[in-house]
Formats: sequence, structure tokens, C-alpha cells
Amino acid sequence: MAVVAEDPSLYAIRAGVLRRKLLDKAFVILGLLVLVAALAVLLALFLDLVVQGAPRLNWDFITSYASRKPEKAGILAAWVGTSLVMVVTACVAMPIGVAAAIYLEEYAPKNWFTAIIEINVTNLAGVPSIIYGLLALGLFVYKFNLGQSIAAAGLTLALLILPIVIVATREAVRAVPRSIREAAYALGATRWEVTAHHVLPYSMGGVLTGMIIGLSRAIGETAPIITIGALSFIAFLPSPPITGEFPFLSFAWLKDAFTAMPIQMFNWVSRPDPGFRINAAAAGAILLGMTLLMNGVAIWLRYRFRKKINW
Amino acid sequence: MTANSNNPAPFRDSIRRRRLRDRGIEALLLAAGLVAVFATLAIVWILVAEALPFFDHVPLRDFLTDTMWTPLFAEPRYGIMPLVAGTLVTTFVALVVAIPAGTLIAIYLSEFATHRLREAVKPALEMLGAVPTVVYGYFALVMVTPFLQKLIPGLPGFNMLSAGLVIGIMIVPYVASVSEDAMRAVPNYMREGSYAMGATRFQTATRVVVPGALSGIAAAYILGISRAVGETMVVAVAAGLQPNLTWNPTESAATITAFIVQVSLGDLPHDSIGYQSIFAAGLVLLVITLVFNIAGFALTRRFREAY
Repeated sequence: MAVVAEDPSLYAIRAGVLRRKLLDKAFVILGLLVLVAALAVLLALFLDLVVQGAPRLNWDFITSYASRKPEKAGILAAWVGTSLVMVVTACVAMPIGVAAAIYLEEYAPKNWFTAIIEINVTNLAGVPSIIYGLLALGLFVYKFNLGQSIAAAGLTLALLILPIVIVATREAVRAVPRSIREAAYALGATRWEVTAHHVLPYSMGGVLTGMIIGLSRAIGETAPIITIGALSFIAFLPSPPITGEFPFLSFAWLKDAFTAMPIQMFNWVSRPDPGFRINAAAAGAILLGMTLLMNGVAIWLRYRFRKKINW
Repeated sequence: MTANSNNPAPFRDSIRRRRLRDRGIEALLLAAGLVAVFATLAIVWILVAEALPFFDHVPLRDFLTDTMWTPLFAEPRYGIMPLVAGTLVTTFVALVVAIPAGTLIAIYLSEFATHRLREAVKPALEMLGAVPTVVYGYFALVMVTPFLQKLIPGLPGFNMLSAGLVIGIMIVPYVASVSEDAMRAVPNYMREGSYAMGATRFQTATRVVVPGALSGIAAAYILGISRAVGETMVVAVAAGLQPNLTWNPTESAATITAFIVQVSLGDLPHDSIGYQSIFAAGLVLLVITLVFNIAGFALTRRFREAY
């Protein structure tokens, strides 16, 4: 035994092992550092927006229109515009996205035609958002004569988040086990009955999660709406969707001009006046708060559904 | 024999009706799937159709070789090179940040982190990726640029360095998450083989897992590149709107996307050459991202078939 311990080559081996173990530890520390740095950026960003914007984060800011005087300007037109655009986006993207996903998962035969649809979905996810803006400018604004309206913006953002909704829905649908489908078929259900009565209800959690994540992406998208030509200075609201006389619902707002939160923020950031910088920070804090909240809800939903499901 | 089986007609009717309904619904679902195909076709069609009149005015040779881009001047020049250069410089700066940081985070999360840490960190990273880009633009202009100006005296208020760094931070979650997926797809027996030979976790990660997941990691980089190339708001806010043919990131320069935003902010008439020029610029952007997307797609496919 003692002879082995005195073997000089053993020291070299031990030193090598020690060195590699140290390297291992060093990498753990480096990895943690980079990770913490990335997450610290998120925290610093949010805190800075809140601190900088604090003087403007009050009720007046939310209930005032844009103004030439920074201390009087607010985000009323912006958040109303964003909300209405999101309604259009959700109403368009949800049914189309879910239907497309169901087709691809439950119906589509495995052939070149299906492959083309799938490649297109993947490809659309990689197209820069500003290209969607150009598409909307050429197609919705001029060819369809929608003008620079809420409808044009809503449709554009719906196309933009379509791949997100499709991918999320497909994943959720795929997670439903085969046995459930086969049980329903065995009782004589048609394919649509299997889908509508079983597959869709069981995958609703995933579908909702995907929808919320898609909308949280759409809410912050600036470039495509700028390209359409959304105005950044608006001192009126779109016409109300609910009216006093029959049939109580009005869709005139779809054709109205609008502004949106990210556009308002961009407009304020690009001005040299420090007063507007404060407004930009306040608008940014609210916008970031909204996106983080939506993502938080989505993550929570996913976690809950994953825990609850026991096939 | 019961009365029902003597009279099967109502059942047959019901079955026929349900089958018919099924077929109608299948057609509807297919139509929804085709929206994705039509969207792609519409993008190509609109960009080409609106850019064609532009190329009637400007020969393709000038477009590709002229070194000035001043379409809104009295004496307009239409060379796309300055915009492409701006785009490439900001993308390069972004990658210098995103590739090392994203890869490190991916290796750490996939090979070193405990299950609990990974479950806690991934949603946080997801949130980092969800921050609206205009907020990142504010971050670049108001926080990063003043900080860089202390390090580099004489740095202009608008510069590609600050915009590129922030885009880099922005795409870290993206690169990290796709590469981590690739690394986790490396089968465990390969790791176990490495450990059995006495390798440390670091050696296993760098010599077994990373090479095994290489094509997936490359796909993550390429998708990150295509993100950075198409990024708009950060550069529009922080990099300046002056086209400037330079490879120096500390200068101010417009990218393809920033130019499109700048023109869109003004009110150009539908048939002006300025209006057409943003579609020509958009077409170039689409071609660049398409090339990267196809490369990324091909790589992910290869990596899926690896095991």
C-alpha cells in the first residue's frame, strides 16, 4: 500500500483530478453568475421604469389624453386602443389558431400537403414582426380598404400570434392520451364528436395558456402597428361598442383611428424633453406590468393544469 | 326483437347527419389551417407587388451597389448597403452577448442545475423574453447608453453598440431555451458513459453533451440571428435613424427595420417612391431572415434524426 502512495505519477493524477474538480466548481459559479445577471436585468428594468415613472403613475395619467405638456399627458386613448385591438386579435386568432391546430393534430393525413401547412406555420413564426406590418399596410389598409383602423391592427396582430396559438394548442392536444380517443370511437362517436366532447375540453388549459402568451406578445408589439400608420397623438376615444338604442351593440369602433400603449411609449421616448421621458417610463411600467402579469397567469395556469391532470 | 331494430331509419338518419356535419367541420378546420399558407403567400405577394414599381425607378444594380441611402432627399440615392451594414453590425453585437450567455445558461440549466432551480428559472427567463421590445428600446437609450458613455468617451447618444447589446440581452432567453432543449435531448446513457470513465460534469457537458447537441445548438444560434436581424424598436429608439455605411458599432446608423419605421412615422402618399422603398427594404429583410430560417429548420431536422 505504502509503495503505491509514494508513486510520483499518482500525485500527477491527483493534481489532475483536483484541477478538473475546481474547473467544475468554477463553471457552476460562472453559470450561476450569468443566470443571475440575466434575471437581474429584468428586475432592474422593471424597478427603473417604476422609479423613473413614479411621479406620473397616478389616476390622472390613466384618465387623460395625450398632450403637448408632459405633466398633463396621459394614456387614456392608448390603453383603450390597446384593449380594443386585443379584443379583435383574440376573437380572430383564437378560433383560427385552435381550428388549424386541431386540423393538423386530429385530421390531417400525413402527406406533402400537410407538410406544406406545417412548414408555413414554422416559417411564419420566424418572420420579423415588421414584415407583418408591411403585409397589413399593403393588404388590409389599402387593398381591403380598412384604413388605419382598429380592425386592421387587430387582424395584423392576430396573424402575428397565430403560430404561437397553433403550436401551443397542438402541444396541448397531443398530450391527450390515445386511449381516451379510442374509448370515444368505440362508443360510436364521430371524429368531430371525439374532438369537441373530449380532446378539446381536456386540452383547454394548454390552449388558454398559449392564447394568453400570444396576447402578451401582441400587446407589446409596436413595429407592425407603426407600419400600418397608427397615430401617436389622439385626443378622442373610438366610438363606444355599446349604445343606448337597439341593437345595443355597435361595431363602428372597428373602423376608427386609434393609438396603442407601445406607440404612445415610443412617441414619448423619442422626444428629447425629459418630462416626456418620465411619461415614457410610466407608460413602460404599466405596459411591462401588463405583459408580466399575463405571462404570470399563463405560467400559473400551465402549472395548475399539469398538476391536476391524472390520466 | 324490440321496436327500435324494426325501424332503423332514425338511426341511419342521425348517423348520416353526423357524418355530413363532420365533413363540413373538417372543411372548416382545413380552411383555418390554410390561413397560414395564405399568410405566407400574401407576404411574398404584397412585398413583391409593392416593391416592383420601386425597381422600375431604381435599377437593381444601383440598389445593391450604391453606398448611399437617401430616398427622402431632394436628390435621392437608393443603395441598400448602408441599411444592410447597420443591420449586420447590430446583429453582430447582439450575438457577441447572446451566444456566450445563452449557451452558458443552457449548459448550466441542462447539466448542472437541480430540478427545482430549473423549474423556477425557466418561467423567469420566459418573462425576460416577453418584455415588449419598445421597453428594451427605452432601456438601451436611457440606461445602457449613458453607462457606455462613461466607459467610451465621445460615444454619441444614438449608437449601434448600445442597441446591439440590448438586443443581445433580449435574445438570450431564446438562445438558451432552444439550446437547452437540444442538450436535454442527448440521451442519458451518453452522459453515464462519460461519468463512468471518470469525467467531471464540466467535461461531460463540454465534450459529450455539447458536441452531441451541436446541430440543435447551431439552430438556436441561427434562430437568434434571425430574431436580431428583424428587431425593430430597439434600433429605432437607440441606434439612430441616419443611414450610415460603417462597420463601427460606436457610430450611429439606421438598420433596415429602423428605416421602415422612420418612413411609416411620416405620412407618405400611397404611390410615392418613398412608400415603395419600404417594401423593397422589407423584401431584403425577408430574404435575409428566410435564409437563416431555412438553415435553422434544416439543422433542427438533422438534430431530431440524430438518435
